Amino acid sequence: MEYLYYPGCSLETSGKAYDESLRAVFRVLGVGLKELEDWNCCGATMYMSVDEAVSLAISARNLALAEHNGFRGLIAPCSACYTVLLKTNRFLRDSPELKSKVDHFLAQAGLRYNLTVAVRHPLDVLVNDVGVEAIARAAKRSLDGVCLAPYYGCQIVRPERGFDDREFPMTMDRLFERLGAKSVYFPLKTRCCGGMLMTTFPDVALHLVNELLECASQNGAHCVVTTCPLCQINLEAYQKRLGKELGKTYNIPVLFFKQLLGVARGCSDTELGMQRNLIAWKAPLPAAVA
Amino acid sequence: MANARVSPGPRSDQARIPGALPESEQALRKKFLEEAQLVPGGDRISRCLQCGTCTGSCPVSYAMDISPRMVIALFRAGQIEEILRSRTIWICASCYMCTTRCPQDIKITDLLYALKRTAMDTGLYPDRLPIYLLSKNFVRVVNRYGRNHEMLLLLLYYLRRNPLALLRLLPMGIAMWRKGRISLFPAKIKGIETIRQMLEASKALELPREKQAVPYVEGAVGYRAVS
Repeated sequence: MEYLYYPGCSLETSGKAYDESLRAVFRVLGVGLKELEDWNCCGATMYMSVDEAVSLAISARNLALAEHNGFRGLIAPCSACYTVLLKTNRFLRDSPELKSKVDHFLAQAGLRYNLTVAVRHPLDVLVNDVGVEAIARAAKRSLDGVCLAPYYGCQIVRPERGFDDREFPMTMDRLFERLGAKSVYFPLKTRCCGGMLMTTFPDVALHLVNELLECASQNGAHCVVTTCPLCQINLEAYQKRLGKELGKTYNIPVLFFKQLLGVARGCSDTELGMQRNLIAWKAPLPAAVA
Repeated sequence: MANARVSPGPRSDQARIPGALPESEQALRKKFLEEAQLVPGGDRISRCLQCGTCTGSCPVSYAMDISPRMVIALFRAGQIEEILRSRTIWICASCYMCTTRCPQDIKITDLLYALKRTAMDTGLYPDRLPIYLLSKNFVRVVNRYGRNHEMLLLLLYYLRRNPLALLRLLPMGIAMWRKGRISLFPAKIKGIETIRQMLEASKALELPREKQAVPYVEGAVGYRAVS
């Protein structure tokens, strides 16, 4: 199995640990990753609000490059990239008017896109291509004693029906349960973390983050496991400020799901970028099983 | 009397007929419908039942001055300016819960994007809430470097919006920096030329538009004027 890999801007800086742990886990599982050469920003949620056709063209440049490289599967780990690239495929398929405009823009840049690239999320690839059983067989130690709140965030499951339910996905819950961890009941698993509102309307975003952390901690989670770099930063970096502004003190580690998978697979902490987390996570782990 | 059945329609020098939309509103409506048409399924806005599922599902509707359901109601009532003057479209964080749950399959989130584009193009924003600056600066950074650069974007935004807030962010910034999670200098992608070519192609397609902020007169338009 080999996939083309589109890291996205966040994974280069604030979400570096996600990039490092993703590469480490895919390496030990024997899944080949080739980084898309000279990729550009997908446009995120903000380019779309300025110019639709140009934002689609900019995002389609990545898909065109992937297609040119002869790959059918493009892995996008960041939720915003994932949803925007999927949306690009969908809009270009459904709207001939946009397709012709975007084709024209791409042609000016010497590119061409024929809608053949499937955009995949690494969680989807792990569960549906590699398989939960294969991951469990490859595990070096059990995650027994880890109590986690599986937080999917909004954009990997919505707006279109993708690889899991749009409001109550279970993929990550099952994966970690199979590895011995306990996924606590977490009904807010796809509720919004506020995203960029942390910059524009901080009071609103802090309220949302507070709800998520409160739900996770009251249901007995020792850590939150997320699939999105923006969710990770919002949930982790503002816990002190929540204490100041809302009088709530939390100290809940927020991990990327790849980091926890890497722990099960016996990867070292530096390989998984654990030192980059602002709130240190200590594994309550028994000795290695195998 | 051969032409008696043909309605002459209102002439510009005549008084406006009651119920007709003012010219500014007609222009906004035309602009919004053009943007909405580009959204696949955007025409389903006409199917709205006003059930309120969108408002009930929205995690941030409590902070909006006009709820998502009211946005569609105001659009129907011909009061788009009132929507653009509200904080609502800028508060949406695009979590797509409303779109997922809408029983009529209305693409509410995408329609809010169409409204944002209408606002950007006509220069109609809520008073003292220059949230659109974030999107504009994001586009600037991406057009210039091909990728987003988190620190540059935040710097550009806060310098215009609220420089003092930068001081508040400083401790967190230092913590992130020490963990190696911030890069100081943006780097251009190799194919930045291709991005520039696409932008020029799009400029060539567009007709010149006036992009001037329209002054706001309290109570002169829409919802507030009626109630």
